[in-house]
Amino acid sequence: MCLAVPGKILEISGDDPQLRSAKVSFGGAIKTVNISFLSEAKVGDYVLAHVGFALNIIDEEEANKTMEYLKLMGDVE
Amino acid sequence: MKYLDEYRDSDKAKLLVDAIHKKVTKKWSIMEICGGQTHSIVKYGIDDLISPNINLIHGPGCPVCVTPIEKIDKAIEIASKANVIFCSFGDMLRVPGSNTDLLKLKAVGSDVRIVYSPVDAVQIAKQNPDKEVVFFAVGFETTAPPNAQAVFIAHQQGVMNFSVLVSHVLVPPAIKAILDSKNNLVQGFLAAGHVCTVMGYKEYEEIVSKYKIPIVVTGFEPVDILQGILMCVSQLEEGRHEAENQYSRVVTREGNAKAMEVMYEVFEICERKWRGIGEIKKSGFRLKEKYSDYDAELKFGVVNYSVEESGECISGLILQGIKKPVDCPVFGTKCNPEHPFGATMVSTEGACSAYYLYKEKKL
Ligand code: SF4
Repeated sequence: MCLAVPGKILEISGDDPQLRSAKVSFGGAIKTVNISFLSEAKVGDYVLAHVGFALNIIDEEEANKTMEYLKLMGDVE
Repeated sequence: MKYLDEYRDSDKAKLLVDAIHKKVTKKWSIMEICGGQTHSIVKYGIDDLISPNINLIHGPGCPVCVTPIEKIDKAIEIASKANVIFCSFGDMLRVPGSNTDLLKLKAVGSDVRIVYSPVDAVQIAKQNPDKEVVFFAVGFETTAPPNAQAVFIAHQQGVMNFSVLVSHVLVPPAIKAILDSKNNLVQGFLAAGHVCTVMGYKEYEEIVSKYKIPIVVTGFEPVDILQGILMCVSQLEEGRHEAENQYSRVVTREGNAKAMEVMYEVFEICERKWRGIGEIKKSGFRLKEKYSDYDAELKFGVVNYSVEESGECISGLILQGIKKPVDCPVFGTKCNPEHPFGATMVSTEGACSAYYLYKEKKL
């Protein structure tokens, strides 16, 4: 139910603030997603989408930090 | 896929499993709130991989599971009407009401449609001006903003043949209800990452200090969940209780202000009954007075329903972490995903269903 999936914004359209939408690629499958909750979203951003709405932009820096942390754990072994 | 594959990587998972083993010295009970997390945990066998000292308790975080039976009955009554197109997310269709479910109703000719987004239901209303289009608005704080946005759009565009049957539930009141229960076993929580995507985790800071319990905002992939468990166990072992954020690639402390804005524009907090658990104070959303024209319960006069739940199902105890699915005498026999008796067997995110799908063979 609360499943949300990451996808990449390919194109943005619409001026109406409630209906601003984007074409988002989910591993190749392309869907239209409402991006009215993300005024700062731009082409190339990865967003987390749920029931046709993008809920947030995925923060690349934070994602890298997690991966770095895991890598460090591996190195300490 | 980027942001998915690396969180399913077995080498990274193994590192975390080892780290958890090293960290744990005592027995701990940790509850994952969200049904999506339960599903991952059981699917990937995370509960069997980690230290036997950690008891993972499956929480009430599946909106499909906790939608009260009377709401399902109301949905069925509305969907049975001749001029209604009833729209819902797919996972609500098989939830049993007192006598039938929406899928069976569809099979005998009612116009029940699965939509991908609530906005699609508004679109269907615009295309069918001679019909009444009703959307079943269920979900946690994750789904509330999209559902609110659909109502807001309908209101703005003057779409009057659209309404919503609202059964929204909120996570923090459920956490408090679990902690206040005298049977509570939970010593730490993995909070639901997608709920926090919208809400942030400010709300949890108050809970951690009042109840002195760690809460770690956690994602849904195996690596996320293992890291969440490690962070939670570290707090427990070190005697700390903080609101921490494992899912920092999408969750910020403040959450998504724009999403919250439309949510609070359309909805207000109300009492809500949870299937299997009962009423929890201030744990749901209803439409504000301003949007009462969009309230399907008022439009179709289906207020004041009350139904008793069947006695056999122990899903209420499962949703509070007091029992496990395998403790239920009818689990996997009389009750199965084809013939679900109760809330937690209905949705694939329910604990009973996850156990049935992934654990049955091992029983
Ligand atoms: S197995 Fe079925 S009857 Fe038993 S608790 Fe789960 S849903 Fe209820």
